[in-house]
Amino acid sequence: MIEVQDLRITFGAGTPMETPALRGISLDIPEGQFVTVIGSNGAGKTTLLNALSGEAVPDSGRVLIDDADVTNWPTHQRAQLAARVFQDPMAGSCANLSIIENLGLANARGRKRTIGPATGKALREKAKRRLARLELGLEDRLDDPMELLSGGQRQAVSLLMATFNPMKILLLDEHTAALDPKIAAFVIELTRTIVEERKLTTMMVTHSMRQALDVGERTVMLHEGQIVLDVSGDERSGLKVEDLLHMFEKVRGEELDDDTLLLG
Amino acid sequence: MSLIALLGTLETGLIFALVALGVYLSFRILQFPDLTVDGSFPLGAAVSAILIVNGFNPFLATLVACVAGAGAGLITAWLNVRLKILHLLASILTMIALYSINLRIMGRPNVALLGEQTVFTPLEALGVPTYMAIPAALFVLIVIAKVGMDRFLNSEIGLAMRATGANARMARAQGINTNFYILLGMALSNALVALAGALFAQSQGAADVTMGVGVIVVGLAAVIGGEAVILPRTVFLATLACIAGSLMYRFAVAMALNADFIGLKAQDLNLITALVVAAAMVLPSVRAPVKRALVKDKRVVGPLK
Repeated sequence: MIEVQDLRITFGAGTPMETPALRGISLDIPEGQFVTVIGSNGAGKTTLLNALSGEAVPDSGRVLIDDADVTNWPTHQRAQLAARVFQDPMAGSCANLSIIENLGLANARGRKRTIGPATGKALREKAKRRLARLELGLEDRLDDPMELLSGGQRQAVSLLMATFNPMKILLLDEHTAALDPKIAAFVIELTRTIVEERKLTTMMVTHSMRQALDVGERTVMLHEGQIVLDVSGDERSGLKVEDLLHMFEKVRGEELDDDTLLLG
Repeated sequence: MSLIALLGTLETGLIFALVALGVYLSFRILQFPDLTVDGSFPLGAAVSAILIVNGFNPFLATLVACVAGAGAGLITAWLNVRLKILHLLASILTMIALYSINLRIMGRPNVALLGEQTVFTPLEALGVPTYMAIPAALFVLIVIAKVGMDRFLNSEIGLAMRATGANARMARAQGINTNFYILLGMALSNALVALAGALFAQSQGAADVTMGVGVIVVGLAAVIGGEAVILPRTVFLATLACIAGSLMYRFAVAMALNADFIGLKAQDLNLITALVVAAAMVLPSVRAPVKRALVKDKRVVGPLK
């Protein structure tokens, strides 16, 4: 369960470059809900995700995960509750470490790291089992360095790393935006399967309106750091991409010229 | 080159292999360009020398030198992660401060250890000439250090340290407290360098406040030179490359200084070192296009390419 209360973040406060990124966001996400977040560039989507993961420190407001106030927790401490997949496939894993070493890092998340071997036999077994389900043949390439993998493969492994250990919240930051359509569809399917199986509370930021409506069960639209639309249930299932576009134009009070939002 | 000169070169090369391992930890694992070593090397020498001349056990003195080195590394790391001072500048500040501190520790610019008990004294009882016994003992020490380092870097803690240097944002997302690992890595790195300083002072018979000048460049020369001959694909190979690089560097220098026809003298040492490092740094970029033309790209192609 995620509870965000009147979250405000301003970048470069007190300078001529002052930009309000979040202007009073309040959001309740019940346990197990899959929320998609949409908005144009600069709407505050990524900042919201950063505030949830701990990378961005809010000026005011609170973030609660499972009723615990985590507002002042550093990223590494929050990582035991919330796992994250980045937009850039290269950002979610270490290129010069092998696949098994990357999974070894994920395997120790949420507990104290020891001086014992990081990639023991038990881990290799677990890694093989999990990798086999991706059907990418990676289970036979445990010792290959990550840099030999394609972007799509790396993103699939990133998703696997994020969900390798028990956790509660999955944060996805446009994690298919850098992939070509076929691979993006594969990663989205994988996301759905994992979220459903593990009953994860999920927030997925996306640039694609179609994805925002097709995936998950609730859609939130951000504009200039505020929530301008929050739909779920029947209201959402009746929505089409065009409707979303109209709403978008309405809140912006202008014609939509951002092509990236129309695509997909 | 005589046998004694050869073994002397080996001895120095082995001691500086510890510096190379330390520099590998900071520069390569943590991606932290750390110049503290120019101060922590003489710090190790100063601490061990002053304790030895005051009658302390040389092994204890060497251990205290390591702890002092770790402290120096911690200060640099702390300046960087807590006070947000640029890593390079943070290390320069510590290095400069250590110059004064080393003078304070010794109370004078140098301390002679001739006739004192050192960690090498027990070797005299072996009945083998010390110029042979010391390199042999150092060889064993380096093997232990290498194996220990390999095991450490493949442990969960070591892996977290490698991730901290390679991709800090991802490391934090995986629950790794990157600040802690920078502090730990820098402490370990400078402890190794201080150990080298302590051993060097005891093998040379003196600690001198200026003995740290250029240690970082020698360490880098070893790391980069080693990588040029042994491709550091795994931790095992990377640490092996450090040791090989250190020995290669020492022998290259000894050879250059011994070859009278080139006309090089001992005072040219730092110039040679700088040239060697510059050459080693340019080498990969010169080599790459040639290699690309010769060998086909061997990247493994799998599904979803």
